Amino acid sequence: MGSSLDVARWQFAITTVYHFLFVPVTIGMSGVVAYFHTQWVRTHRPEYYRLTKFFGKLFLINFALGLVTGIVQEFQFGMNWSDYSRFVGDIFGAPLAFEALLAFFLESTFLGVWVFGWGRVPEKLHASTMWLTHIGTVLSAYFILAANSFMQHPVGYTFNPDTGRAEMSDFVAVLTNKVQLVTFPHVVLSAYMVGGAVIMGVGLWLLRRDRGTDDEPVYRKAVRVGAVVALVASVGVVVSGDVQGKIMTEVQPMKMAAAEALYDTESNAPFSVLSIGALDGSSATRIIEVPGLLSFLGTGSFDGTVEGINDLKVTEREMAQKVADQYGPDVAVLVADDDYTPIIPVAYWTFRLMMGFGFLTMIFAAMALWTTRKGGVPQSRWWTWVAVLTPLLPIIANSFGWIFTEMGRQPWLVYGLMTTATGVSPSVSVGEVWVSMVVYTLVYAALAVVEVKLFLTYVKRGADPYEDPSEHADADEDAPLQFAY
Amino acid sequence: MDTLQLVWFGLIGLLWAGYLVLEGFDFGVGALLPALGAGRDAVETEKRRRVMLTTIGPHWDGNEVWLLTAGGATFAAFPEWYATMFSAFYLPLLLVLVALIVRNMGFEYRGKRDDDTWRARWDWAIIGGSVVAPFLVGVALTNVVHGVPLDGDSEYTGNLFTLLNPLSLLGGLTVLALSLTHGAFFLALKTTGTIREDARRMGTTLGLVAAGLAVVTLLWLGVSTGSVWSWVTTVIAAGALLGAIFANTKRREGWAFVGTAVTAAMAVATYFLALYPDVMPSSLTGGRSLTIENASSSPLTLKIMTGAALVFTPIVLLYTAYTYYTFRKRIGTQHIPAAVAVK
Repeated sequence: MGSSLDVARWQFAITTVYHFLFVPVTIGMSGVVAYFHTQWVRTHRPEYYRLTKFFGKLFLINFALGLVTGIVQEFQFGMNWSDYSRFVGDIFGAPLAFEALLAFFLESTFLGVWVFGWGRVPEKLHASTMWLTHIGTVLSAYFILAANSFMQHPVGYTFNPDTGRAEMSDFVAVLTNKVQLVTFPHVVLSAYMVGGAVIMGVGLWLLRRDRGTDDEPVYRKAVRVGAVVALVASVGVVVSGDVQGKIMTEVQPMKMAAAEALYDTESNAPFSVLSIGALDGSSATRIIEVPGLLSFLGTGSFDGTVEGINDLKVTEREMAQKVADQYGPDVAVLVADDDYTPIIPVAYWTFRLMMGFGFLTMIFAAMALWTTRKGGVPQSRWWTWVAVLTPLLPIIANSFGWIFTEMGRQPWLVYGLMTTATGVSPSVSVGEVWVSMVVYTLVYAALAVVEVKLFLTYVKRGADPYEDPSEHADADEDAPLQFAY
Repeated sequence: MDTLQLVWFGLIGLLWAGYLVLEGFDFGVGALLPALGAGRDAVETEKRRRVMLTTIGPHWDGNEVWLLTAGGATFAAFPEWYATMFSAFYLPLLLVLVALIVRNMGFEYRGKRDDDTWRARWDWAIIGGSVVAPFLVGVALTNVVHGVPLDGDSEYTGNLFTLLNPLSLLGGLTVLALSLTHGAFFLALKTTGTIREDARRMGTTLGLVAAGLAVVTLLWLGVSTGSVWSWVTTVIAAGALLGAIFANTKRREGWAFVGTAVTAAMAVATYFLALYPDVMPSSLTGGRSLTIENASSSPLTLKIMTGAALVFTPIVLLYTAYTYYTFRKRIGTQHIPAAVAVK
């Protein structure tokens, strides 16, 4: 049956990973659709109109699921993690409220105008509503990542012994947390990578299917725009990820040690591309080991010292002891067997899969750009695989990145401040958490099947033929709307 | 009690009022899909349903953000209230979330295939979600005001059935009936042709049912925890609802809709005035009630939040008003385009 802590953690993992399958697609695609729409308004070239409508539909099919699963996220803190909410709500709640007020209203309201605005809103304003939606999604990312960065590296708070909770001392510090300043570009650029990759993959598949038809140049445009976005963004993801690694080594050294399963403190620490065997410090055989690379990733110097898990365990225990003494057992409890390490194989493999899938996306995007230059059409049937894999790879890379970041923080809920075991809701029974877990999982699974089927149906259908929207301009009062539910 | 604590108690009330006023009508429209969507034949039925859904199409998503903002603002301004309320109402909230999920998916996906079975399934998602969500929101809010068992640490000690007490169930029915009336008046205001006539006729009946339920709920609540001010808002709520029904019978559709909007807002005001100075009273002797004072955030957090609310709420209201202005035109079955050619 498990404890309600275990089930609540699984539930958070399932609902968050699921939610985040749709989030980067939403952020990335809304930007590219806004670009297509603006190009249509500027040039009135039919291909842009068709691409706006086509990818707009795919965007909306995806957006619906991102939206509904996001509501669950906001309520889950109170439902399953009420002691966490009590302890850090004074700090953590503010970015969530800002997110709703500044971001959710903006994206929801203007997306409504965009969807129903065809023929009812002046065209320049209409294109700008998709930009406003896009800005809303990026603002939303900023605030929720500020909240998450507080959990990785709490700043801008003081402990108030009278109220027994952490309280805000500096909101600007929370919003400009150094973890946040590098996580935000990393995550948003990853989202552009996903958005570009979805558009490139879908375009590539249709380009190959419809080669030689009038639609060929339209889909080539999609491939090239998507590939440029994915490629440029992926370079940014690498650069920001590199900076992030160094900051992580500084503020969460255990996470970096776990990423390499590095047990003993080393200077000139190597990075293994793969390894075989248990990663418990005894018998693993490293394959393709690059000397000094981990030191470089963590410190910027090949001779830099990276602390190992064995030494860090001692540091972490002292940290937990200090917090438990200072703030009491409601905030931090000592972990049994002094096991202050995250699950090492999970950290080790998710770190590699994140990077590996990201690099593959980058290579695919570069290949697609090369093969479609000067009106080229990719000929080999292997390109079908590239088309299918390109959207999936960066989405999965995003998931692994988050699993790494969140599981690498364990056993802490707020790093160095609150342990995960103390955050769970005391008044909620394990049965109740099970019920909600089963309900979410079933509902989400069913919706995933429906979503993917619908998405593929619309992909196969391709872009609708061009219809001059200005023909509707002088329609009478009773003429049908250009869009209705 | 600090001024800012009081301000935020009021603002949370305002957010809930905004939620019930705005999403209230789109809940109503969704729930009335079978009753007002029925035409003489299958073709007309489908067109009528699409008219109804299109009237709320540009707005429902923005309306729902009021709930998310109410949740987020409660988290930021009253973390203890958020923590206790959301963990206490665990299973009802789960149902609300599932109701909102399937309903929103229904709006977005229903028209994406030209297939009767597909549409019928999403219709049930929309109808079910639009009935269950306002009912349970009403149950939850009534429980907050009426009091639930909280122990000495303000932890909830009841179970699901504690929440399903007669007063709270009545509160749930009241919110549902009010949403249905509000939705009918919205449809009468936003449509042309026979839907408009049917919505107006049905609105009067629904309004009378809502008035009956609301009077009993508010009197019950008023007698048990009311204050002078909550009686004032109760009277305004009742007056606005009767005025709305009267305006409706006189074919003044705009005034009828304003009337139910005022009713919903004043009903929430009554709840919050009855709640004051608690935010979540304990029904147990020896239990620790959550109050505006002991559940609130630190002065600094409240100050930051106040600044944000002062700057951004007017902006949100402005662009929200713009969308209602943009889509102000009445819609009839003649405006419905052909179904999308996707099986």
